[in-house]
Amino acid sequence: MFSLLRTMWNVFLHAFRKRETVLYPEVKPYIPPRWRGRIILSRDPDGEERCVACYLCAVACPVDCISLQAAEDEHGRRYPEFFRINFSRCIFCGFCEEACPTYAIQLTPDFEMGEYVRQNLVYEKEHLLISGPGKYPDYSFYRVAGLSIEGKDKGEAENEGPPVDVRDLMP
Amino acid sequence: MATIYIDNKPYEVKDGQNLLQACLFLGFNIPYFCWHPAMHSVGACRQCAVKQFRDEKDTRGKIVMSCMTPAADGARISIDDPEVKEFRASVIEWLMLNHPHDCPVCDEGGECHLQDMTVMTGHSYRRTRFRKRTHRNQCLGPFLNHEMNRCIQCYRCVRFYCDYAGGRDLNVFGSHHHVYFGRYEDGILENEFSGNLVEVCPTGVFTDKTLKKHYTRKWDLQTAPSVCVHCGLGCNTIPGERYGKLRRILNRYNGEVNGYFLCDRGRFGYEFVNSKERIREPLIRNKDNGALEPASEERVLGHLSNILYFGAKVIGIGSPRASLEANFALRTLVGPERFFPGISEKEHQLTSAAIEILRKGPARTPSLRDVALSDAVFILGEDVINTAPLLGLALRQSVRQKPMEMVKRLNIPLWDDAAAREVIQHEKGPLFIAATHGTKLDEIAARTYNGSPDDLARLGFAVAHALDPSAPAVPDIGEDLIPLAQSIADSLKSAGSPLIISGMSTGSEAVLHAAATIVWALCRDNGNAALSFVMNECNSIGLGLMSGGSMNGAFDLNKAFDLVEEGKVDAAIVLENDLYRREDREKAERFFERCKHVIVIDHLFNNTAAKAEVVLPAGTFAESDGTLVNNEGRAQRFYQAFVPEGGIQESWRWLRDAMTASRRPVQWQSLDHVLSAMANEMPVFRTVAEIAPPAGFRIAGQKIPRQPHRYSGRTSIHANISVHEQKPPDDSDSALSFSMEGYEGMPPAPFITRFWSPGWNSVQAVNKFHCEVGGPLHGADPGKRLMEPTVSGEISYFQKVPQAFEPRKDELLMVPLHHIFGSEELSVLSPAIAERTPKPYLAISREDAGRLQVDQESELEIVISGRTYRLRGIINPSLPRGVAGLPVLAGLEGITLPAWGRVGRKA
Repeated sequence: MFSLLRTMWNVFLHAFRKRETVLYPEVKPYIPPRWRGRIILSRDPDGEERCVACYLCAVACPVDCISLQAAEDEHGRRYPEFFRINFSRCIFCGFCEEACPTYAIQLTPDFEMGEYVRQNLVYEKEHLLISGPGKYPDYSFYRVAGLSIEGKDKGEAENEGPPVDVRDLMP
Repeated sequence: MATIYIDNKPYEVKDGQNLLQACLFLGFNIPYFCWHPAMHSVGACRQCAVKQFRDEKDTRGKIVMSCMTPAADGARISIDDPEVKEFRASVIEWLMLNHPHDCPVCDEGGECHLQDMTVMTGHSYRRTRFRKRTHRNQCLGPFLNHEMNRCIQCYRCVRFYCDYAGGRDLNVFGSHHHVYFGRYEDGILENEFSGNLVEVCPTGVFTDKTLKKHYTRKWDLQTAPSVCVHCGLGCNTIPGERYGKLRRILNRYNGEVNGYFLCDRGRFGYEFVNSKERIREPLIRNKDNGALEPASEERVLGHLSNILYFGAKVIGIGSPRASLEANFALRTLVGPERFFPGISEKEHQLTSAAIEILRKGPARTPSLRDVALSDAVFILGEDVINTAPLLGLALRQSVRQKPMEMVKRLNIPLWDDAAAREVIQHEKGPLFIAATHGTKLDEIAARTYNGSPDDLARLGFAVAHALDPSAPAVPDIGEDLIPLAQSIADSLKSAGSPLIISGMSTGSEAVLHAAATIVWALCRDNGNAALSFVMNECNSIGLGLMSGGSMNGAFDLNKAFDLVEEGKVDAAIVLENDLYRREDREKAERFFERCKHVIVIDHLFNNTAAKAEVVLPAGTFAESDGTLVNNEGRAQRFYQAFVPEGGIQESWRWLRDAMTASRRPVQWQSLDHVLSAMANEMPVFRTVAEIAPPAGFRIAGQKIPRQPHRYSGRTSIHANISVHEQKPPDDSDSALSFSMEGYEGMPPAPFITRFWSPGWNSVQAVNKFHCEVGGPLHGADPGKRLMEPTVSGEISYFQKVPQAFEPRKDELLMVPLHHIFGSEELSVLSPAIAERTPKPYLAISREDAGRLQVDQESELEIVISGRTYRLRGIINPSLPRGVAGLPVLAGLEGITLPAWGRVGRKA
């Protein structure tokens, strides 16, 4: 009998405690920046698309919800001709972000992706590509890679010597 | 057999191997770079180190390069010794010093031997802080992409290109760590086998430029075992598809046929499958405006039932580029007496003659492996590099057979490539080439001879007469020919396995007869003597066998034209055939004018399809299953790589539907039913069904997947159309599935969809699929020979020796000149091949050029059988007087050659 009353009292006391429940959506909760939410494609510090269409995210994806097609632009840069994520299948595991060698694909703290129509969960490149570099402001893949593109010749990447003159026999 | 001990366990290996190949084929993983199964060892990369011990008491051992150490009886080695593992790890660390940070944008990524080996040795962290050396790239033409930064200096490319394939324009330049592999200057790589550098290069220096235009990783390609359709050799290929488009062709090892390599036509000719000229929906001609309009399948079949009503006089025109099954279905629909092979009178005559020679004579047709092992070769009237390129590559190996005896005498192991080449120097075995014009193989030939087709036949008969005096003598033979014929005969006679090569391209039956007479004369003493005929198309022999292989010429296209002309035909069905390429334009026009109903089944919208009343979209080699018979008489199955969009289906399915619609029902539900019907109807095709297990075949209850287990995008590829995923298409025709699910182990040889093995993502995984260098795949090499020689019985030589060629005063004899790029109907539609196709021209000899006062590149007017052509003239000094070479190119098709033509300067 006593324990019954004590329980009721404890419950009653909770009426005066600080609220844990947030009045979502009027009040937005704090989501840490490394949260694995909606996937985006970022741009490098020069404003170019970071994605080089290497297909690593697609192959890392355990539910196979990423598909893309590689193409090359007139400057010699690779980019995805299309890039599609089927978010109705995505499990937000973050493997794609881990696999991405150029920091192009990133998971964001946005989780508000509810839709009434499942088809609307299919995101194409225009829905995924943002205008900034996301979590990694400084990295640009082509400054490291040996491939030459317009504006970055052979030997101009990080840690590269100038192109060799093959006809030179000097030691 | 020798016993070697690997980490103290005994293993039996074949004699005469090195430790690396012995270990690899036993299933051990030893990293390597410079070794290649076809090119053997040079010991350049130092990657394949193992530790060798003197005896069981020896605990220190010494580090040796396994590729340069014989697997001698009693050899004791360790692969897992810590010291040797560290050695291998440091070697790869050196090799990676200059390797760029390119993998994401490198086309080799995912099937890179360097990636595999790096993972295998455990090198994962870059310690060096020094700068990477860089190189400028070269533009190497439409086939290959060059990215020299990625090079690890294994020298495989030059060893393949120069030593193996006889190329001259790729080499190694520079010194020390500046070593550069490329051309002297930018330009198209000339060799016909340059595409193999894609597979030979262990990293991404040479990559496929056609693949780059629609790049897909190896793990994303849906692949199936297939057979090349671009010449008569039937090389085995692996076509890869993604998003409904064919992306590339890779070599599929078959020890008996193509081995480790493909030619550039076979590798880069695939893009016709993605061509805009493809027929993708059934079309019916609108009676009112005369235009071809898309129609539903029901409407088309309803229309067909009206045309092909029971009792209608229907003829069928088959094709040497359609599968056996498609031709058989057509033959069943129209009846054997109304089935025409769809080749010109001349070609039919030659094909029939070739089949008769091969079946009735004692000489065997060699596989390409046998060709490479021949020690004396005589080519009579064939330009093999252009008509059957891979045969040329095999011949380049055959001239090494005789000099290799020196290597054996010196006790140098045959796999010690650098030493063997040092011994051989420029020594070549006997190869004799007699052709109408100079060919690319002339550079390795002992003697060459150029003459008109009749003169070639006369030389052939002279050789036969020198071998066996009972063979017919050549009347009025020139003094210069006797010693040549004698020396050819002597070489052939003293050889262990002599080989005669001839073929269709001279268009002369006498040349075939001469070749047969030589080899039959050889066969009296030497049962190994072989005869190989180069055929024009991928199923020429199959079609020849189907139409009876008869000599009487009862069935050729002209007979079909005559029937139509006489009004005895209500409807004609043309199967995968462009009649304008076969016969004279006027004759073809007349045929379409006179024939009431023409139904065309094809995959490309060509001139023939444009004239049809009904056009049915057929699947190409990548979209259908079927069987092709190559020039050796080997029937080989190709499997569908992907399910095409639109109304495309296999030709035999269209014909079956047409039969059902027109009340000639057949119970053909799957390919197996067609095969068993064919075996019952024609005993020659009895074994065709046994080439591969039937559609019901399962391993552990599972089909064999066409997609790799890493295939990506399954739930996303079609999500733009519908987010609800579709079931993968069923395949009722084979034991392969259009899915990534299925048996993951090693499939039987006819079902190898890709070469992959754990830890081996590159094409080097092929070593896990066969048990010795150049040997058969596990199980056996796929394919069944349909023709075997008749050994017993008296040989009766061909007696008719043609007269010597007399140049005419006002005419030149036009002989065909084939081009590897441009002469084949389908591959020219691939942009990369089209880029390499020459412009039409006329080649004339120097004497005739002088007589006609023609200079290089001058405009000529040529009249052949009443038709006038304007072509630029090219002086070809190798052509004999009175003979001109007319290339087999678009714009010049439908001319039956050789033919006399009048040549004059443009007025």
